[in-house]
Amino acid sequence: MTTIAPRPLRDLAMLVVLVTAVVAEPAVQAADATSLAEPLAAIRGVGREGGGNAAAAAAWRAIVAGDAGRIPAVLAAMDGANPLAANWLSAAVDALATGHGPVPVDGLRDFLADTRHDPHARRLAYELIRDHDPAAARVLMAGMLDDPAGELRRDAVQREIDAAAGMKKEGRGDEAIAGYRKALAAARDVDQIKAVDAALKGLGQSVDLPRQFGFLMHWQVIGPFDNAEGRGFDAVYPPEQAIDLAAQVAGRDGPVSWKPLATTDAYGMVDLNPSYPGPEGGLKEVVAYAFTAYDAAEGRDAELRLGCKNAWKLWHNGRLLFGRDEYHRGMKIDQYRLPIRLERGRNTILVKLCQDAQKQDWTKEWQFQLRVCDATGTAILATDRPPSPVAPPTEKKP
Amino acid sequence: MKASRRAICVGVLVACALHAGTVAAQQVAMASGGWPRFLGPNGDGAAPAAAMPAELTEASRAWSVTLPGRGLSGVLVASGRLVVTCSSGPDQSRLHVVCLDPADGRTLWHRQFRATGRTMCHDKTSVAAATPCSDGTRIYAAFSSNDVVCLDIDGNLLWLRGITADYANVSNSLGMASSPVATQGTLVLQVENDSESYALGLDGSTGANRWKIDRPKAANWTSPSLLRPDLVALQSKNGIDAVRVADGSVAWSYGDGASTIPSSCLHAGVLCVPSHGITALALDAADAAVQPKQLWRSSRLSPGTSSPIAVGDRVLAISKGDVLTAGSLATGERLWQLRVEGPFTATPVADGRHVACVNEKGLVQVVDFTGDEGKLVSSLDLGDEILASPALADGALYLRSNTTLYKLGR
Repeated sequence: MTTIAPRPLRDLAMLVVLVTAVVAEPAVQAADATSLAEPLAAIRGVGREGGGNAAAAAAWRAIVAGDAGRIPAVLAAMDGANPLAANWLSAAVDALATGHGPVPVDGLRDFLADTRHDPHARRLAYELIRDHDPAAARVLMAGMLDDPAGELRRDAVQREIDAAAGMKKEGRGDEAIAGYRKALAAARDVDQIKAVDAALKGLGQSVDLPRQFGFLMHWQVIGPFDNAEGRGFDAVYPPEQAIDLAAQVAGRDGPVSWKPLATTDAYGMVDLNPSYPGPEGGLKEVVAYAFTAYDAAEGRDAELRLGCKNAWKLWHNGRLLFGRDEYHRGMKIDQYRLPIRLERGRNTILVKLCQDAQKQDWTKEWQFQLRVCDATGTAILATDRPPSPVAPPTEKKP
Repeated sequence: MKASRRAICVGVLVACALHAGTVAAQQVAMASGGWPRFLGPNGDGAAPAAAMPAELTEASRAWSVTLPGRGLSGVLVASGRLVVTCSSGPDQSRLHVVCLDPADGRTLWHRQFRATGRTMCHDKTSVAAATPCSDGTRIYAAFSSNDVVCLDIDGNLLWLRGITADYANVSNSLGMASSPVATQGTLVLQVENDSESYALGLDGSTGANRWKIDRPKAANWTSPSLLRPDLVALQSKNGIDAVRVADGSVAWSYGDGASTIPSSCLHAGVLCVPSHGITALALDAADAAVQPKQLWRSSRLSPGTSSPIAVGDRVLAISKGDVLTAGSLATGERLWQLRVEGPFTATPVADGRHVACVNEKGLVQVVDFTGDEGKLVSSLDLGDEILASPALADGALYLRSNTTLYKLGR
């Protein structure tokens, strides 16, 4: 799920341009850009299974032999670099930032201001500014509520949350609500959204969490199919061959057909156990499928983000994205991030969900949660998204 | 007569084992002094000459420093420096390797990386769970995200790998924790889990695969034991596989099952395996690559979460019920029991006379293990949650919490 594509030396010319653009001192600009371009390209050439590491190590030494003035150029080389190369470069920034002369705060400020740069590189730039000029960092942070770099945005959101909490404490309820709403609009991290939701509930407000996250709430499900001894994970059952919501097919215990399942869980949990009840809390050694269609306003890059503690497979528009044969080790929101290309108009999503033979209480869950968002975690809502289902009020016992 | 013959056989076996152990200890000790890996320089949890600060008082606190992130990896002491790994950020995706001066805790260098694999883990553990190791010239740090980095002692990056980036289903949603070992220019790494489960031998100079072998598909948090420089014991739910460091081939297997949490320790040629309590395997005196013989088995020495250790003629284990038990390394006979205040995650460490047991609440309890009874010598409450196994080197204990690194002693 992580793309590790080596960047060949043909990046060299591009890097010279890139590096020249961010080296701060014009007098040394041309010479240092040239000397940096080759080692930076070597580092960007690292790939899978240790490929390119030997050349990268020599290049890393060459880079850190210079002074801290190189930091913006090294950060710029993180743009478009694969995650392994980015780690080489990040470590070089750490090395250059200590004992290599003055850190170029002005150059870092310019780098940070350009939101086209790699989000992680911008975060490193911000932290160096913060370490060397805390007052400037505070001013910069004030304008980062909508920053595309998640870590920068997170700190800015936290400032808003803290400010709203202060207002709440002072009894300024309406202002606190406005503050929390502002924070919620910008928040992308689960813990912050949960914190704001709790605070707003305390102020008598409600939040449409499924919409906030972009959880998919309406599904068609079919099952159970056989998963004796875990063989169902690799078995190909009819829903993997064709989706026909009107079809009746052979299941483990007889003919099975699709039926609707809409979750009312605030965090989009799709629990299959109520649909397929079994002894002692749920069926074991079974497989079921969940299907939904999603209408996208435009063709664009997106992510399917899945949380699941059962073995699973996931298809987008009939293409298998990934599968994982692990049971009951834990789940959380955004546990798995699967990059996709949303097609304009109708997209289909199919989830295969396997349940194993374990009998302990903590192995009863047979569920998942799935949302559609961009790389920053911003929900991408379907054009035909229905209102979030609401659980019926719990009846009070007399 | 039979009993007598059996006694002779056991005696011979023990003598051979102890002899083999002497040789093995000489061969396996990788660095002079220090604490170069999980379970210390000899893989038995002890540093007999390290001079434990046994009489702990508040004055024993030499220094403490704030760490840049959380972790339950142990402290590495190598080449006169300390190395600690940490993880930070809301999803622990920021990885840290920090090098400090043991004299004053001053940071000498700090390198940061981004997790390229999944960082989800149980709340109690963290992405910085594996203890780093050193072969005397390089430092190797592995994380639960299956990122592995190699640096020299001055912080120069030598190579890095993203094992989950290479093999997408290598991960454990509860977290990975196996601590690697380095030997003969190879880093041996267990990345075992329910799905894509491997052990890897990585070239110590480049990080490239020397070998990759399939391992049981089951979550496994145990660490390799170095049997001799060219042979490593890999533990799993199935038991033990002795694997040749050169090519990953299996020299012998013990197939009677083993724990997936506490790891085996090796002392005096005896591999103490957390299996049915503890099962002691006596390595062949002439060739550790030959199938070992079972020396003894004792359910009365069963370890809980922390690994057993062995020092002198004794094996020590802390049970699930927080009882420190000493047994005879030669026979498995239980010698004494002492209730200590738990609960424990950290593996204890020992010098030649004292064992330090640190519980999850940060209470360090030093016990004299050499007598007929275990004797609590001193204790010091750090008042901090400590899950990481301590390191013992040069008269000092190094302990780390999710926030702080402590030095106790001189």
